[in-house]
Amino acid sequence: MAYAAGVDVGSTQTKAVIVDEGRRIVSRSLTMTGANVIRAAEEAFQEALRSGDLREEEVEYVVGTGYGRYKVTFGNTQVTEISCHGRGAVHMFPQTRTVVDMGGQDTKAIRVAPTGEIVDFCMNDKCAAGTGRFLGAASSALDIPLDELGPTALRGQRPVKISTTCTVFAESEVLSWLGKGKKIEDILLGVHQSIAGRSTGLLRRVGLEEEITFTGGVAKNVAMIETLQHSLGLKVNVSDDSHYMGALGAALFALDHILTARHPAKTG
Amino acid sequence: MAMDTADETIVGRGNADGARLFREWFAGLTAAAEAGRGSAYVFVMGSLAELLRTFDFPIVFPEINSLQTAVRRVAHEYLNEAEDHGYSPDICGYVKADVATQLRGGVLPMGRIPKPSIAVYTNACNTYIKWAEIWERMYKVPVVTLDVPGSRAAGGQTWPGDRDFENDRAYVLAQLKELIPVLERVSGVPFDIDRLREAMGHANTMNTMWKRVLELNAARPSVFNALSDGTIFLGVANGFRGAPEGAQYFTDLVEEMEYKSAHGIGTLTDERYRLLFIGVPCYPIFRRFTEMFTELGGTFVGSTYLQFASGGANLGFTYDLDRPLESLAEGLLIGVRDAMDNMFFQTDILVKMVDDLGADGLVYHPIKSCRTVSTGLADNRRALMAARDIPSLFIESDMMDRRVVSEAQLKNRIDAFFEGLASRRAQATLRDT
Repeated sequence: MAYAAGVDVGSTQTKAVIVDEGRRIVSRSLTMTGANVIRAAEEAFQEALRSGDLREEEVEYVVGTGYGRYKVTFGNTQVTEISCHGRGAVHMFPQTRTVVDMGGQDTKAIRVAPTGEIVDFCMNDKCAAGTGRFLGAASSALDIPLDELGPTALRGQRPVKISTTCTVFAESEVLSWLGKGKKIEDILLGVHQSIAGRSTGLLRRVGLEEEITFTGGVAKNVAMIETLQHSLGLKVNVSDDSHYMGALGAALFALDHILTARHPAKTG
Repeated sequence: MAMDTADETIVGRGNADGARLFREWFAGLTAAAEAGRGSAYVFVMGSLAELLRTFDFPIVFPEINSLQTAVRRVAHEYLNEAEDHGYSPDICGYVKADVATQLRGGVLPMGRIPKPSIAVYTNACNTYIKWAEIWERMYKVPVVTLDVPGSRAAGGQTWPGDRDFENDRAYVLAQLKELIPVLERVSGVPFDIDRLREAMGHANTMNTMWKRVLELNAARPSVFNALSDGTIFLGVANGFRGAPEGAQYFTDLVEEMEYKSAHGIGTLTDERYRLLFIGVPCYPIFRRFTEMFTELGGTFVGSTYLQFASGGANLGFTYDLDRPLESLAEGLLIGVRDAMDNMFFQTDILVKMVDDLGADGLVYHPIKSCRTVSTGLADNRRALMAARDIPSLFIESDMMDRRVVSEAQLKNRIDAFFEGLASRRAQATLRDT
């Protein structure tokens, strides 16, 4: 049995996924990226090996992805997270035609062909508005842990209107709403709606087509799923492994390499 | 493998001669500045350099001066100085670098430019008009706006012989006739129509050769990179328009490109993807920007920049030297109109370029500090994608301001674009087999 791995070195977290020849996920791991990107990649990979009870030599090919993909020094090649999220999403939900990936600093809208080929993509430019970092700023301003943001926001009844598009200024806007006596859940619902609105704009720019699959760390947030669906007026697919979709796509590309090397004519 | 003698003599000559001509041009401008001479300030879209030369004006292109500060990685010093002077971060980086240049007494990394005696320009860019007003206030010199009607209707342009075109030509001609006495007064040099014929003859040679150079990039492998090499050629096309050196340069350049085409000498050892560039280059990381494509096997075979920033010279328009002023008006009208169409209505132009140059993909590059050339690019891209099934990349940075150039973000998008190109090619190969 051959194994392939994908290591997704993101701006905030590093993820690793190992798949077997049947394209099944054997193990996964997650660690904070921190300042030492090379070490984060190694730690995530080693943790995935331990979790899958595998030895390093059993993994025949490793693909690095994410902003730190060139720092996956033990990897065999690199593929951008744009291609990897597209590939992972189509693997999980084969009818996927549009992917929205919300990460720490990036939100990407990706249009994919039925073959998984990337047709087009667009991303937020030079600004973290509408990304996970926006939620981080709200979490910090309101002193609420990240994983409680979604459930708290869903209790909101009268969402405030977040007018700023800047993540840095969002924090001061949140504080100003607090100063006006607004409820925390209403402020948070407003923050989520603001991000959903920006993401919807990106999706429309890339040419929205169903089915839509939501990937990235922010897809763990229940309020984000809810507000995004409301903004789009459409259901979105969300996997329990949404967080690992980039690493999964990378692992699948790695597996392609192994299989192509074995049967070049058959797999093209 | 050792190059033969002809290779050594011809290949790379255009880039080397272009660099030499640039040095000589700026040496001349520096000498004029040191001598306290005035000059004519012009812009690339409709410079009328062939007319202005006949009045012995040194010709200054502030756009070219400004972009050179970015290429030489000092633009931020100039931009900051202009912003400290009160200019907004949101306006054209070329304008701000020029303002700082003027505040520094014309001092640039390449030399020193003389002050203007006059500015002559068209309405091809709305910023030109406000920019020239800065010089008017600073130096109390005449600034002349030529109102060149542009149909701005892709496929609906009128041509010589059409009533609307002849009306437009008469309108531009009347403005040229008003301009000439102003030039005589400012320069102290009487208008000499034979000198104008001579300069227009040189421009004819350049236009014809420039068109030929652009066509020669249909060769496989392509004979020049439209972004890196092409920008050198473009500088000469502007700075030496109407001059014998410019005519000779482009005659030699055609010879070089024909030689490379005949001998299969390309710009890359492994040309995998032929791309078109739409917009203005990213000068703050000019070399690196091109490398991010070439290191993945992509080369730019064509660029709208080489068309609009050459003032439409790409059309190969030749003046009728028997009726120079009428023909000058006609050339200005057609050239400026084509420059604007290349910015605003480039879909039909790009479809033809895709077909003629055998392009595999397009790269749209809107820039933060020029809304004129960037607004509408997203819509234009959608129109192109509806007209042709061809991949395209949309990346934003700036032509001057490194504060809005993120190399990591650019690299990520460029890499993903190439992954898409590779995947598309692999799928096509599978279908074909």
